[in-house]
Amino acid sequence: MIDDRHLFRLIKGETLHIVKQDGTASAEDPGLPPATLLDMYRMMVQARAFDEKALKLQRMGKMGTYAPLSGQEAVQIGSAFALEKEDWIVPSYREAGAMMARGVPMKLQYMIWMGNDYGNRIPDGVNCLPVSIPVGSQMLHATGFAWAAKIRKEKYAVACYFGDGATSRGDFHESLNFAGVFQVPAVFVCSNNGYAISTPVKDQTHAETLAQKAIAYGIRGYRVDGMDAIAMYVAVKDALQRAKKGEGPTLIEALCYRYGPHTTADNPDLYRQKEEVEKVKRDRDPIARFRNYLVKKGLWDDDKEKSLIEEIGGLVDAAAKEAEQSPPPTLEELARNVFASPPWYLAEEIDYMKKVAGGGSP
Amino acid sequence: MMMNNVQAINDALMYEMGRDPSVMVMGEDVGRDGGVFRATAGLQEKYGRERVVDTPLSENGIVGCAVGLALNGMKPVAEIQFSGFVFAAYDQLISHAGRMRQRSLGRFNVPIVVRMPYGGGVRALEHHSESDETIFTQVPGLKVVAPHSPSDVKGLLISAIRDPDPVIFLEHIRLYRAFREEVPEGEHTVPIGKAKIVAKGKDVSILTWGAMVGVSTEAAKQLEGEGVSAEVIDLRSLKPLDVGAIMDSVKKTGRAVIVEEARRLSGFGSDLSALLAERALLYLKAPIARVSGYDIRFPLYRLEDEYLPDTRRIMMAVREAMSF
Repeated sequence: MIDDRHLFRLIKGETLHIVKQDGTASAEDPGLPPATLLDMYRMMVQARAFDEKALKLQRMGKMGTYAPLSGQEAVQIGSAFALEKEDWIVPSYREAGAMMARGVPMKLQYMIWMGNDYGNRIPDGVNCLPVSIPVGSQMLHATGFAWAAKIRKEKYAVACYFGDGATSRGDFHESLNFAGVFQVPAVFVCSNNGYAISTPVKDQTHAETLAQKAIAYGIRGYRVDGMDAIAMYVAVKDALQRAKKGEGPTLIEALCYRYGPHTTADNPDLYRQKEEVEKVKRDRDPIARFRNYLVKKGLWDDDKEKSLIEEIGGLVDAAAKEAEQSPPPTLEELARNVFASPPWYLAEEIDYMKKVAGGGSP
Repeated sequence: MMMNNVQAINDALMYEMGRDPSVMVMGEDVGRDGGVFRATAGLQEKYGRERVVDTPLSENGIVGCAVGLALNGMKPVAEIQFSGFVFAAYDQLISHAGRMRQRSLGRFNVPIVVRMPYGGGVRALEHHSESDETIFTQVPGLKVVAPHSPSDVKGLLISAIRDPDPVIFLEHIRLYRAFREEVPEGEHTVPIGKAKIVAKGKDVSILTWGAMVGVSTEAAKQLEGEGVSAEVIDLRSLKPLDVGAIMDSVKKTGRAVIVEEARRLSGFGSDLSALLAERALLYLKAPIARVSGYDIRFPLYRLEDEYLPDTRRIMMAVREAMSF
């Protein structure tokens, strides 16, 4: 047997926590301006309200499958607020919070889940790629996108979102490896919510943490309390600043929890105890924590809470209604967007679509 | 200037990189080494390591990053060292490269070119001789070209680089240094989607592409001695296909023989047959014939000559069509 003296040892860092559940903050609190903190809180509340409304719509049959985000608000909002306007995000399908914080209208996000292709038409000027469904596959786009920014000497960086399951895929390895080799300005935010559908992280990897995988790529890695929006803000801000200075990419493992099912097609009671979920909601909820933090700073009270909930309820209802009332594109419009201009065979299919459109007798 | 296909590729890349600073070349061993087939030789010396990039060894990484680069204003020309290894990147091609424009309803597009050597006949190892055109032609949003001659290689590669959508650029290994022809210097484009008649004829239309263009032309010459006038059409682009040129020829000759190196089942020839049956049935004097590879894994090279269509098999198919 080889002596353990020769064993490569990993020096593990501590998980970054800044705000405790009772709202008290450590010395690492950056002391963001009150207006920013209030905007962050508002966006977290909005993300959850969006989520709860989506689940209702799905149950009412007004929406297809939906992938809820509740429990992950701090990861998404904390990181999104660390970005500058010119930065880009590359989201997975569970990033409605980060996307709305970046300016993607809620209406469009509802439309995607309502089966309306217009939902993926991210408005011009909003620096966000469309949602990517194949787990982890968007990570390579983030690397390539950031690489192009470096080649073109742009000043912005890219934040890429994915989950713990993605870390098992080749795309994770390839994107972090390329990102490290080419030192691209990207921040990889892994929302480790504990489960890839039913599979717990311990069955996903034998590694003790996901953050340590950064070591193998020669890049920086952090483990952050993903229920703490301030900690997420600080970690992502630091990573972005380094990225923009040419110091390369960072992997951030954000420890969070998914309150709901993987998607509405999933029954989480088959793989986790209700008590586990209740305990996280009671002891670690990211929105309650942020509220406590605001209260401690004298920025929040029950009246403000009440009126915010009411206001956001109205916004969410209006977005859902608009989404429901938005007609989808025609098949012709999809066919016209396969290529810059349709080749003959698509032109023929478009003619046929027109011919058979509108029903009529067979 | 007289060039072979490798030189034509190199010339096209040199020219386009000089013309457009967003064009970059990336892949395994494309920089220092100039590519295992030397197609990218000298590019890194001329355009630097930032634009001619030796990547880590990962087809999925190359194509996935190329998608991201293209989404942010670059025009990557990615090289897959051998098409037999492209399958690891198929996810990125089918799930993203071909879909991004439609997914985003036109906000984003992916102007990448994925070059890859393909095809048999050079006594290579397993995974180095396949013809897998149809796994690309079936994917919405991808264009597929497979030129035969140096002039077309240069002209189509430049067109592919300038195309706003992803183009799979298939380079037949056997043709890399098979012959030279005069290739225009500097600016030279061949439109994607246009076929070329390489031999005029009136009795039968031979529809083919890639290395089979040469084999079919040779067969046509020999058939002349038997009094058969065969027209050979080099499709050049598989997607979009020049359906007009094909129909014009087959309506004129009344007979069609499709020659493809690839497997037959669900192959590109199947689609050609269907198009002819749909659009030229009443002009046909004989059943459409297909000469192809077999539906087995490409054999190790002791059997490759038997696997690949040759002049004899093409002539057999033409004679059958003539005597029907």
